[in-house]
Amino acid sequence: MSKSFFLDGKEIPFKEGQTVLQAALAACHHIPHLCWRPQLEPHSSCRLCTVMISGRPFSSCTQPAMDGQHVISDTPELLALRRSVVQMIFVEGNHYCPSCEESGNCRLQATAYSLGLQDNHFPQQFPKRERDSSHPDVNLDRDRCIRCETCVRASRDLDGKNVFGIHGRGIKSHLAVNSPTGKLGDSDLDAQDQAVALCPTGCLTVKRVGFSVPIGERIYDKEPLEQVQIREFQDFQAQEAHHG
Amino acid sequence: MTPTANLSLETARNPESLRRTVIEPITRVEGHGKVTLLMDEENRVKQARLHIVEFRGFEKFIQGRPYWEAPVMVQRLCGICPVSHHLAAAKAVDMLVGARRLTPTAEKLRRMLHYGQTLQSHALHFFHLASPDLLFGFDADVARRNIIGVIGAHPDLAVKGVKLRKYGQEVIRVLAGKRVHGIFAIPGGVNKAFTKADRDYLAQDIAQVVAWSLEAVDVARKLYEDNLDLHASFGAFRSNYLSLTTPEGAFDLYDGGLRARDDKGATIFDHVDYTHYLRYIHEEVKSWSYMKFPFIVSLGNDTGWYRVGPLARINNADRMPTPLAEGARKAFMAHGKGEPVHATMAYHWARMIEMLYAAEAIQALLEDPDVFGTDLLVKGEPALEGVGVLEAPRGTLFHHYRIDERDAIVKANLIVSTTNNNTAMNTAVREVAAKYLDGKTLTEGLLNHLEVAIRAYDPCLSCATHALGRMPLQVELRDAEGALVDQLIKDADGALRR
Repeated sequence: MSKSFFLDGKEIPFKEGQTVLQAALAACHHIPHLCWRPQLEPHSSCRLCTVMISGRPFSSCTQPAMDGQHVISDTPELLALRRSVVQMIFVEGNHYCPSCEESGNCRLQATAYSLGLQDNHFPQQFPKRERDSSHPDVNLDRDRCIRCETCVRASRDLDGKNVFGIHGRGIKSHLAVNSPTGKLGDSDLDAQDQAVALCPTGCLTVKRVGFSVPIGERIYDKEPLEQVQIREFQDFQAQEAHHG
Repeated sequence: MTPTANLSLETARNPESLRRTVIEPITRVEGHGKVTLLMDEENRVKQARLHIVEFRGFEKFIQGRPYWEAPVMVQRLCGICPVSHHLAAAKAVDMLVGARRLTPTAEKLRRMLHYGQTLQSHALHFFHLASPDLLFGFDADVARRNIIGVIGAHPDLAVKGVKLRKYGQEVIRVLAGKRVHGIFAIPGGVNKAFTKADRDYLAQDIAQVVAWSLEAVDVARKLYEDNLDLHASFGAFRSNYLSLTTPEGAFDLYDGGLRARDDKGATIFDHVDYTHYLRYIHEEVKSWSYMKFPFIVSLGNDTGWYRVGPLARINNADRMPTPLAEGARKAFMAHGKGEPVHATMAYHWARMIEMLYAAEAIQALLEDPDVFGTDLLVKGEPALEGVGVLEAPRGTLFHHYRIDERDAIVKANLIVSTTNNNTAMNTAVREVAAKYLDGKTLTEGLLNHLEVAIRAYDPCLSCATHALGRMPLQVELRDAEGALVDQLIKDADGALRR
């Protein structure tokens, strides 16, 4: 007998072992999320996918779906919480969308538009972050890092290299490179690595190709974030099924 | 005769004992600047200066950024002619990727973008910003002397102005994705092909745009010739002129060699490879302005200053490449009687000739099969230094970048069009102050004379903002001790009060 839970009153079927977020996306229902990617183990650090279950907040990317459960996601309170989370991410970095080559392809920017962010609300922190252009083919712009650890997980679990880690605490925490000099140019990162491809912002970018996609043809010019994320998960599922 | 800068009014001998009048901000120009006048007890003008009070710092904060970001980042210098900065920077980074010559498609599409921008910028300036002074008089009722007044009195003219600007913006949107701050030029070419549907859309109105541009030239010419005594002498002075021309000496806005001519039209230098501009142009710093004062090295900083922009380009060109603009150029140059036309107010007429050229050039490109090509990018032997120069609506624009081996910009130098006209605008201000304000009790109308002279250059003082003549104006009259004696305030709604 199939199992299901209720997301904002709608019945969502799920398979054993799926999280609330996975089951929702499989059923074409979007729950906002940023640090979660289908290919990677959940990290539960951004808290954007927070939902309410039995009056308590849970990260939907780690919370197992349970039969008969009532999950609340679409409320003014949770929208306000998600906006605050994204606002905090913006003020804790140095994000200059107008001149960023990832503008239009950036998951953080798309998330902000999707949530209707109008301003930063919190005082800008202006952290001092070091840029690293030492790699011949990849730029590392820590100003744009949101410390989601996507590159950390992807390098370790998909590329098998372990190039990245997070060092420091609080506002001084930053992306560190696992190389003798700490420079990206001395690491074994390759421009084709998943760590680069999956970076949600312009922190890790392939050199000399910026702005080659015209306005109107960038990822989020063509399709809303919600559809991109649903399709991304469903494509991943199809691939997994194909590979058995 | 050597160009005269009327330096006698640049710095007063005893500024501490003079009354200070400030026009701040200057209205109906792009960005923020102010004019200060120092006058003695008999209202004699002793010092007149145009100050650019903003500090932008783009040359500094572009350092460390990857070079392919430059064309996108530096266009934020300006909200009116970002395409100029976008393309000048792109030309510089073309050199960094070894793209000495673009594909015909890429160069022609970049040109179309540039002509679209020239069209919209010139239409904006002539119809929205300058026409109120020209149609109603320099000291007409301030409540009427704005674009709303023009719409009321000359609705047909105003509507054409708005639609001409809109067409130029549409050219930009079709190519760059957005009317303002789009992205089209990338190192070595452009990022998007031009389609037949794009052509059909833009071709619908181009004949009308050319016709209206021709009418605009006639309007500008008539305004000039109907008030010839005033327009030929108002803020007029002799000067050198700098612009790009084609190898044949013809007018060009996108590329060419540097040509400088003196006040009689004799060549100072010609067909200079613009990548060597530093051998020919230096910049002087003065303590009272954030804007530098460029000059021609061989002439020195006293007499080597020059003018750029529409007047300089029309004066310097041997011919215009399009037929209607060439006819207009000949009529214009007849006023110079064999020499360059030196009148500050002739800028408006020259600007409309350029707008006509831009419209004709777009029309020709829309019929050119090369624009539909799909070969959009070239690369070659990389270099660590690149210079890009073009003719922006307001004049010759220089972008110069040096990068390190890891693609990061380590040095940037920009000489923005308006900067080239710094001495010229100050000279115009001093000429007008000496002729019209000296010995007079200041009124709003008299002070507007100073702004009229500055406006003729269409300065982009910060390359950022403008407010259609609705910006508040506050003029303060202070005694020798600095105490406030009198003030005249214009509110945002145009109302005057003391």
